Amino acid sequence: MKKYDAIVIGAGHNGLTNAAYLAKAGLDVAVLERNSYIGGATVSRELYKDWTYTNCSYVCSLLRPEIARDLELPRHGLQVVPYGGGVTFKRDGDYYGNYYDHNRQYREMSRHSKRDANAYERYTADVMKQTRLIRPFLLKRPPDPTSLKLRDLRDLADFAGSFMEMGERGLADTLKFWTKSVGDYLCEYFETDVIKAHLGGSGIIGTALGVFSPGTAYVLLHHYMGDVDGNVGSWGVARGGMGAVSGALAKSFQAFGGEIICDADVDRIVVRGGKATGVALKNGDEYHADVVVSNLDPKRTFLDVMDVQDLPAEVVSKAENFKIRGSSGKLNIALDGLPTFHGLDKSSPLMLGDMHFSDSLERIERAYDDWKDGTWSKDPYVDMLIPTQTDPSMAPPGKHMMTVFVQYAPPKINGGEWTDADKDGFEKSVIDQIAAHSPDFKDLILHCETRTPREIEAEVGLTEGNIFQGELTFDQLLFNRPFPGYAQYRGPVQGMYMCGSGTHPGGGVMAAPGANAAREILHDLRKPSTVPGGYADD
Amino acid sequence: MTTGSDDTMMLTTPFHSRIAAACELNSWGDWMGYTTPNAYTDVELEYFAVRNAAGVFDLTPMNKYRITGTDAEAYLNRLVTRDVSKIGIGRVGYTVWCDEAGQVMDDGTIFHLAENDYRICAYARATDWLHWSALGFDVTIEDETAEVAALAVQGPTSCAALTAMGLVGLDQLKPFGLTEFDFEGEPLVVSRTGFTGDLGYELWIAPHKAEALWDRLFESGEPYLIKPFGTHALEMARIEAGFLQAGVDFMPAEEVVRNGRSRSPFELGLGWLVDMDKSVFNGRRALQQELARGSRYRFAILDVDGNKPANHSFILKGNKQVGTVTSAAWCPTAKSNVAFAQIEMPYGAVGEELVAEIYYQRELHWTRVLAPCKVIDAPVFSHPRRRATPPGNF
Ligand SMILES: Cc1cc2nc3c(=O)[nH]c(=O)nc-3n(C[C@H](O)[C@H](O)[C@H](O)COP(=O)(O)OP(=O)(O)OC[C@H]3O[C@@H](n4cnc5c(N)ncnc54)[C@H](O)[C@@H]3O)c2cc1C
Repeated sequence: MKKYDAIVIGAGHNGLTNAAYLAKAGLDVAVLERNSYIGGATVSRELYKDWTYTNCSYVCSLLRPEIARDLELPRHGLQVVPYGGGVTFKRDGDYYGNYYDHNRQYREMSRHSKRDANAYERYTADVMKQTRLIRPFLLKRPPDPTSLKLRDLRDLADFAGSFMEMGERGLADTLKFWTKSVGDYLCEYFETDVIKAHLGGSGIIGTALGVFSPGTAYVLLHHYMGDVDGNVGSWGVARGGMGAVSGALAKSFQAFGGEIICDADVDRIVVRGGKATGVALKNGDEYHADVVVSNLDPKRTFLDVMDVQDLPAEVVSKAENFKIRGSSGKLNIALDGLPTFHGLDKSSPLMLGDMHFSDSLERIERAYDDWKDGTWSKDPYVDMLIPTQTDPSMAPPGKHMMTVFVQYAPPKINGGEWTDADKDGFEKSVIDQIAAHSPDFKDLILHCETRTPREIEAEVGLTEGNIFQGELTFDQLLFNRPFPGYAQYRGPVQGMYMCGSGTHPGGGVMAAPGANAAREILHDLRKPSTVPGGYADD
Repeated sequence: MTTGSDDTMMLTTPFHSRIAAACELNSWGDWMGYTTPNAYTDVELEYFAVRNAAGVFDLTPMNKYRITGTDAEAYLNRLVTRDVSKIGIGRVGYTVWCDEAGQVMDDGTIFHLAENDYRICAYARATDWLHWSALGFDVTIEDETAEVAALAVQGPTSCAALTAMGLVGLDQLKPFGLTEFDFEGEPLVVSRTGFTGDLGYELWIAPHKAEALWDRLFESGEPYLIKPFGTHALEMARIEAGFLQAGVDFMPAEEVVRNGRSRSPFELGLGWLVDMDKSVFNGRRALQQELARGSRYRFAILDVDGNKPANHSFILKGNKQVGTVTSAAWCPTAKSNVAFAQIEMPYGAVGEELVAEIYYQRELHWTRVLAPCKVIDAPVFSHPRRRATPPGNF
């Protein structure tokens, strides 16, 4: 078999980003993907004729603009379109809407509480302070606080400098943000249930924690730190679904001469004399390279495709204890028309954004109780969008596609595997919740694809279906991601690297882990970096 | 006491009732004395209606002149730099016109409606110049700005949306083509033109049918995600597409007071519009001399590092100031930071690396950055659907 300079295992968006930057540096790179299509959790598929589903991830904000520009993703077909709006429907028939326009937003919030509407300005500024702190570190490797290497000391000094610049109050806020629960954090600003619930949802998305569990305030920040064209905290849809992101990355990679091989299920990373020398596929094929990069999550990387005997015991133990609990499911639905929602005009801009039905933090916490009990939430928290109101390319004119992200769905049902009956029950709880607010919804359903953690794991390879390749809690962030001592993308074996969402700065369609890993690999190969630096926020 | 007559007040276009209803932000601007929306709901979302679905823009305030008569073609050929005989009936041509010094007075479009029958659309008011240039030609010149209501429908679903409104066969219309449909008993002229660089059309109709046209368009366009857009969103789209704006990227020559502040077509990157094979046209002699002597400036599209738009920036080569920026924007579809600059010769050739001196403010604090930039050879947005016939449904 041919020898490459580098092999990337997995054509997730991070694997493709990593591969593109290595190929841009002149390396001969192959990406090996288990599925017959690329993208991992960043994928679009037609599972119902003339409908494109954005099967896993569905909205875009974290994708680093520096990378999109540098790899010429627009030229390769990517367009990210912001959507306005957002709404949480209340059980009493009213709703809380989220307008794009600042003053309209103020008026809508005032309808519920004038004080909250005013406090929102303080809240926004406080959250922005935290995004300012974290954003510059997204396109950097995390410094190793125990290293005495010049490069680490310099990074560390940078890091400390940014912290100090926050001032005493800012620092206290930072600690609060990184440790508190999103519920407690929001209660410091707001009094209205539905407002707290609307804002609090993003603190638990993808996370096996409740709105009152410590650490969830950071998850909210994680959803706030992206931007669409410089509007920090804004989200958009990728035209054609999130597969457009991986599709454009793949084209960019191929334009640099890279090769993508699908249906290539990697069985193990071959290690000889303490060095990675290539990979062996399940079908027996072998590919050789001096650099082997894993786009898989840490558990899959160290406990599945690597041989325990090739690894230090410490790494095996850390991988075993890595927190990667599944907590999410998803429904993708083809609709015969735009559903009607109680109290909202169909042309309301609120319809364009994320819709929810949990009108209090209490209800979201109860949804988490079901997860702890080993079952799906009977009254789930959903993050639902109808992107075809913005994107004309995903369904025929006048028809619609709905994506419903669901918290919570446990990786196992009462300790056992998900059965098809469980899956039906999960689907029903979601559909019923939506139908309770939309009289014509059920009649409009043409097709529904339901994915529990079982389907997500089986298809994307995300362990337990954890969407971020590992929980985004402080003990697993920055220089602790995936584990202390291995946060700079280098594996425990020479020539072996990690580039997935399980590394800094974590999950979401961000492309930063893949790019950061490429920078380290090129550093080790003594090649000039091809990875762009980050834009300064100010 | 005398009361002012109505026509000295700010005017409204025949679409105003519909625009005012849709203009959630109540953000109005003044375009040639007409009340025009800066933005309806959100500038970015409106911009994306153009690039991702279909956007509708009221361009009624555009100055429109009807030129008829047996000498119409000869007259226009004398007036503008392009060879008008090459603009067949049913075709539209983009052009500039110059004063005798070869300085650009305006840019605009010429619609060849029928034999000896043309319409000129212009940024600046041009009645005086049009009459001035008509000496000795058998033509009639009519200002029909207020007599023709006009909407631009731009974006990837624009053809599908208009077809759904009943403009059957529109998908066969080629770029810069012109055709006519019947709209409730009135002629509706449709041209495949626009100022966004995307697939798009412009609709021309009698004012009394304006509201009906708007209503029908939005009704049939709904499944195609049609939205109105204002001047601010148009500004983003036209910069991304590389289009110059009179009064912004150049001064109409007639308005220039200070010597040297006007520009020739060559200096605006519009040399391709100048047909020196034509034996006479306004400004020809001066342009001939410029070709021999060389131009003073060069128009450059710059790809600027970083994400700070280079508005009003100086352009530097080393320590020397060699130019200034006339328009700049972060382009959301192309994901690049673009600036149009006037660069002193001999600088500014394609590929040249320069520096933009950018000033920007955050929370009342000004910062200066020196952003490297590069002269690029084409606008950053260019999509095959703009040229394709048929153009596709999205
Ligand atoms: C349901 C869901 C919804 C989400 N919603 C959003 C959202 O709206 N916005 C957002 O920003 N993020 C969202 N996320 C998170 C985001 O999609 C992921 O964090 C991100 O896509 C992970 O990318 P990755 O490249 O790191 O890894 P992955 O996408 O996990 O890629 C890993 C790749 O490796 C392949 N692979 C696995 N094992 C092998 C093997 N043995 N051999 C070869 N190949 C193998 C897999 O098939 C896959 O292609 C969501 C995730 C999920 C699951």
